[in-house]
Parts: sequence; structure tokens; C-alpha cells
Amino acid sequence: MSIRLPAGAPGARVLGLGGYRPRRRVTNDELAQVMETNDEWIQSRVGIAERRWASDDETLVEMSVAAGGKALAASGLSPDEVDLVILASASLTEPIPGIGPQVAYRLGIPRPGAFDLNAGCAGFCYALESASAAIRAGSARNVLVVGVERLTDVVDKTDRSTAVIFADGAGAAVVGASEEPGIGPVAWGSDGDQFSAIEIAAGTGTMTMAGQAVYRWATTRLTDTLLLAMESAGVDPKDIDVFAPHQANLRIVESMTKRLGFGEDVVVARDVVQSGNTSAASIPLALTALMESGEAKSGDLALVLGYGAGLTFAGQVLTLP
Amino acid sequence: MSEDIQAGLAEILEEVAGVAPADATPEKSFTEDLDVDSLSMVEIATAVEDKFGVAIPDDELGNIKTVGDAMSYIQKNQG
Repeated sequence: MSIRLPAGAPGARVLGLGGYRPRRRVTNDELAQVMETNDEWIQSRVGIAERRWASDDETLVEMSVAAGGKALAASGLSPDEVDLVILASASLTEPIPGIGPQVAYRLGIPRPGAFDLNAGCAGFCYALESASAAIRAGSARNVLVVGVERLTDVVDKTDRSTAVIFADGAGAAVVGASEEPGIGPVAWGSDGDQFSAIEIAAGTGTMTMAGQAVYRWATTRLTDTLLLAMESAGVDPKDIDVFAPHQANLRIVESMTKRLGFGEDVVVARDVVQSGNTSAASIPLALTALMESGEAKSGDLALVLGYGAGLTFAGQVLTLP
Repeated sequence: MSEDIQAGLAEILEEVAGVAPADATPEKSFTEDLDVDSLSMVEIATAVEDKFGVAIPDDELGNIKTVGDAMSYIQKNQG
């Protein structure tokens, strides 16, 4: 007696994207009233002009439902065509139960496989690979991937080393089967020796970040990952239309862009300027913003890279929906 | 030897942080005098590693406060 396996799909692609930005816009000038900082200091160090902070009613679930609903609408699928929900977040302050099932229920997705995934700021790209792999393996037909954060729940709002950077929001993607692969092989990994570089130390409830260590790691150790993501997808760097790395810090975005040799013809996501660092939500939010502004268009080839707490990283090439 | 190191450092400082080469003298503090921020210090460290073949771990970086500190660190650790 042998075990039978499903056939699976030849490829997977992103069918629709959606985002949710909290209502409250927080400028650098507002932060300067509660901590020793100013607009020039923040802009020169992290390139952030403003960020969004979630209000009490903008919970992880509500923001996920909003972003997920938009991604579903953009995909043209009905909720009952989705059979797996993967929710990436690093800011669930009450992790039992996971919120993937509840988000699915609220969106009217009937009884899907649903789970939460924590890979820090790399969560969206880890979830995207999990979705793509599930579709190719035949364990799901269509997958809703959500990246959602309320980092303001875990940062000290008077600590200028974190409060100016981290923010809130949600981004989502619907992934489905395709004849032609629209999501390339993932280049992923982790550097667990640096587990404490970004952490909520036991009993503190407050996130701290070793800024210099993370900056050095991001600007020197991840170039090979980006090159591998393109190489394993059989894509030449000159074929890339859009570069959307995790929006951690504008200087890291610019450094990676320079190291990859991307010129004026590549659209580079700089959503961090308006959104701050929204961790697992940053890549779908940045892609959504580029598509809404018309800077990126359907069919464009995008290179994405998530990286963060763990330390974790994951990058892939994808075709924009 | 130390002139070469100082000149090499000055080059890096100019490229990374826009510091005029004449200002890159040993007594200058990176943050106080040359307006180099903490992330630019990381960029300087990685450029120094590439140029001089020395390793500057993150915990050592915190002890390098002046151009002179960097010069003696390079001198001491160069192979």
C-alpha cells in the first residue's frame, strides 16, 4: 500500500496585493516634542519623514482583514476559492490563539488551513515561499498571505533609537497556481548567532535593537542572498524592473541598491520615508504603493528581500500582478 | 606607515561622510568634531576592513572614538 500524493501546480504567482495604513500619521516634529530628536536627525539617520501608528481599534486582526480583503478583491477570487491563510507577524502580544484562523473567518474564507508565522521582518517573504511551495505541492490551490504589525505595542515610545523607526500596518497578497512560475525560488537563511540583535528581552515587553550590528549585517551580508535569488530564478539583474527590499531604513535601501548596481531604470521602493519600518508588512505595503502610484505595473519583475529579527532573511523574484 | 594609514583613513572619511581630508587629524573625534553618525561609523569600519585587511568587530567599534584611535587600531591589527 503506497501513499498517494496530489499532482500540485507547475508554478505559483501573486494574483493580487492589498495594504492597510493606520489612520494616524505621526511626523518627526511630533516625536521631537516627546524625545530628544528632530526632523533633520531622523531623516539623516534613517530617512523616515513620517510613520503610521495604529489606534486602539486598528488591531492586528482588523488591519489584516482590511489588507486581506483588498488583496482578495484585487485577485478577482472569491473567499471560498482560498484554502490556506498564512499570517506573518512579530508583534502578537497575546500569541494564543494565533490570529490567522480569525482573519480567515472574518473574510468569509471557509475553514482554510490557517496559521501564524514569525520570522521577524522577513516574515512576508517566508510566508510567500510557504504559499508558493504549498501550491506547487498540491496542498493548497490559493493562499492568502498577510504581513501585519503593531510594533508600537512593543516599542518604548520615548526611546529615540526605536520609536522613530518602528510603526504599524498590514499588507497582503493572494497567491495562486500558474503555468508559468511567477514566484522564483527563495534564497533564505538565518544567522542565529545574532539572536539578540533585535529582541524583546525576557520580562521586558520592549523591543531593543543593536542598530550598528544590524546595519552592518544588512549592508554587507545580504548582497549574496539578493544575487542568489536572481540567479536561482534564472533572472539577470538587468531584467529586474522593481527592487523592493524590506523597508527598514532608507540608508540600507540605498546601500543595497548601490551594491547591486541598479541604476535609474530600476524602480526602487522607498516607502520607509512615509511608513517607517512596518516589519512583516513593509514589502506588500511598498509594492502596493508603487502599483497605486503607477511607478510599478502589472507584469513587472520585482526583486524582494525580507530581513530582520532572528536574524532571518529571505529573498525572491516575483512577477507583479 | 602612520602617514599612509592617516591618508587612507582620510580618503574613506571623505567618501563615506564628506569630511575634508585636511580635517581628518588624529585628535579629532568622529562624532563630536567630524559629525559622523553611528551608521556612518559602521560604513567607515567596513571600508577600513576592506582597505587595510583588519577586522573591526561591533564591540571594538564602540572603543574607536577618534581618528587617532582608528589609526592605532589599524596599526596594531594589520597583518
